[in-house]
Amino acid sequence: MHPPDGTVPEEGMALTFSDKAEAEIKALLPRYPAGEAALIPVLTLAAQEYGALTDDVIDLVSTRLGIPPTRVLATATFYTMLPKKPVGKHHVQVCTNIACSLLGAEHVVEKLERKLGIRRGETTADGLFTLSEVECLGSCGSAPVMMVNETFHENLDEDAIDRVLEECRRG
Amino acid sequence: MDRIFTRDWDKPQGHLLSVYEEAGGYGALKKALSMTREAVMGEVKAGNLRGRGGAGFPAGVKWGFMAKDDGGPRYLCINADEGEPGTFKDRYIMERSPHLMLEGAAITSFAINAHACYIYIRGEFYSAARRVREAIDEAVKAGHLGKNIHGSGFDLDIHVHMGAGAYVCGEESALIESIEGKPGKPRSRPPFPAAVGLFNRPTIVNNVETIAAVPSIIERGGAWYAALGTPGNGGTKLYCVSGHVKKPGIFELPMGTPLREIIFTHAGGMRGAAPLKAVIPGGSSTPVLTPQEIDVKMDFDGLKAVGSMLGSAATVVFDDTACMVRSLARLAHFYAHESCGQCTPCREGTHWMAKIVDRIESGKGRAGDIDLLDDVASSIMGNTICPLGDAAAMPVSGFLKKFRVEFEEHVTTGRCRFPPQALAPVKTDRAWV
Ligand SMILES: Cc1cc2nc3c(=O)[nH]c(=O)nc-3n(C[C@H](O)[C@H](O)[C@H](O)COP(=O)(O)O)c2cc1C
Repeated sequence: MHPPDGTVPEEGMALTFSDKAEAEIKALLPRYPAGEAALIPVLTLAAQEYGALTDDVIDLVSTRLGIPPTRVLATATFYTMLPKKPVGKHHVQVCTNIACSLLGAEHVVEKLERKLGIRRGETTADGLFTLSEVECLGSCGSAPVMMVNETFHENLDEDAIDRVLEECRRG
Repeated sequence: MDRIFTRDWDKPQGHLLSVYEEAGGYGALKKALSMTREAVMGEVKAGNLRGRGGAGFPAGVKWGFMAKDDGGPRYLCINADEGEPGTFKDRYIMERSPHLMLEGAAITSFAINAHACYIYIRGEFYSAARRVREAIDEAVKAGHLGKNIHGSGFDLDIHVHMGAGAYVCGEESALIESIEGKPGKPRSRPPFPAAVGLFNRPTIVNNVETIAAVPSIIERGGAWYAALGTPGNGGTKLYCVSGHVKKPGIFELPMGTPLREIIFTHAGGMRGAAPLKAVIPGGSSTPVLTPQEIDVKMDFDGLKAVGSMLGSAATVVFDDTACMVRSLARLAHFYAHESCGQCTPCREGTHWMAKIVDRIESGKGRAGDIDLLDDVASSIMGNTICPLGDAAAMPVSGFLKKFRVEFEEHVTTGRCRFPPQALAPVKTDRAWV
């Protein structure tokens, strides 16, 4: 597991947060009367830093916030957006809930499976794409919809799906 | 008609403080700060503002339940988890009128004497969260939030707290657990949050739309607001229409607008030749209606009278190309996925229901399956700590009650005659009436 700046930690050395993440944590803590309330935001930050919440990342968060690792783990495993294993550079999340499915969401997922050569829940061998089927994204008036990382792509048709993948491959 | 939520949505840069102030923004906060807390609460009660998160509880009455002030911390939490399938209004409020919500948050916090407010925004709403954070910064700089607001001596800090993917965290006590850093498992009540809530202190949880309605009530009065809607259901409502209509979108209309008018006038009617088959009126957990039932008034009491619920007013429209068994299967899987696992009837029952509906849809349904499904649903109803169990059971009972024939047909013919839904986005100019 490498820190984001590309340096390789020595064997057996505990992980640390980057200066940027540490600054964000320092800004977070005063917002709450109890440090544990910062746990989900800090886990989110840790996942951004290290790609996934592996055992050593859980330990890092536990040490930083002074919360027992079992409690950190209980929270980390409860939430679907806190990744337990690394996802691809582009995380493609397709909503297949009711409104999207009425307008062909299943077709969207199948097309992406074909184009990416993976099944839902998998990551491409080059690490570029992870394809996930997700619950309602709150964009039902512009169905079908998918998210790639932090961006919504709405009113998906065949061309739009192709275009989004092209953009990911270029960018 | 007066537009409360959508007034600025067509303006370029309508989310900015300058645009909001130009339209009189934060005037209601100044007015509230010159009133007594009781008078502010009184206007909201008189306005018949009912909670827009789903349950329709009168907001002013809930605020009145806040435990007596002992000088310790008290909190307002704004529920921006927006997870009920079919719902897409709170994200739009936050992206397009963040100051409307913030002004409402400040007035509400003043009324309940809270000095900290947490806005719990679902994890996927990155852009909404960005907008809200920018709006908070603008409002603090302008003196609308922060210390000694407009010289009143009232202090308020508003914080954005992002969720991380869990529908159950929209349930108010799970939301509180989640802000505290714990798994989002609902608490048993009593005590209610107004007595023992966030960090074990008195807390009010309100939906984004509820909070965003507050400034208009203070500005123009409870009586004016109440008169916009129907008796007991004040104001305008954001109706979210999706599915097989010509013009899906958000429509701001008076509370109690008939469902038929919403679908056939505002949302443009059905998308093609296929006729209307079913409507989920208020979000995935609300019992489904047939085309014969769409003259219902879309308010909390109107829908209750026909055995359904207004919920979050997330109206999902099905034409007759939709398979009701497949649609129910999709919903059943959602609830099975989202059960927090705390209560046995919900943890086990939601998975059983998903399995049985799947079996029927795939043509392998057995003779007793439909009754079994109905049985499982009624064993969950009312037997769980939080209403997620009910939310999972109600669509099952509703679909079976209204569309039983279709389920029977799947079992007797051993197949589903509906082809998959084709990819068919409906592109319209976005509509907000
Ligand atoms: C499973 C479940 C999910 C819920 N999700 C939401 C939600 O996403 N947003 C919301 O405002 N209320 C949601 N609620 C309702 C809240 O518990 C609560 O009633 C509401 O936030 C109160 O605000 P209001 O009085 O302004 O409606 C949910 C309830 C349940 C049982």
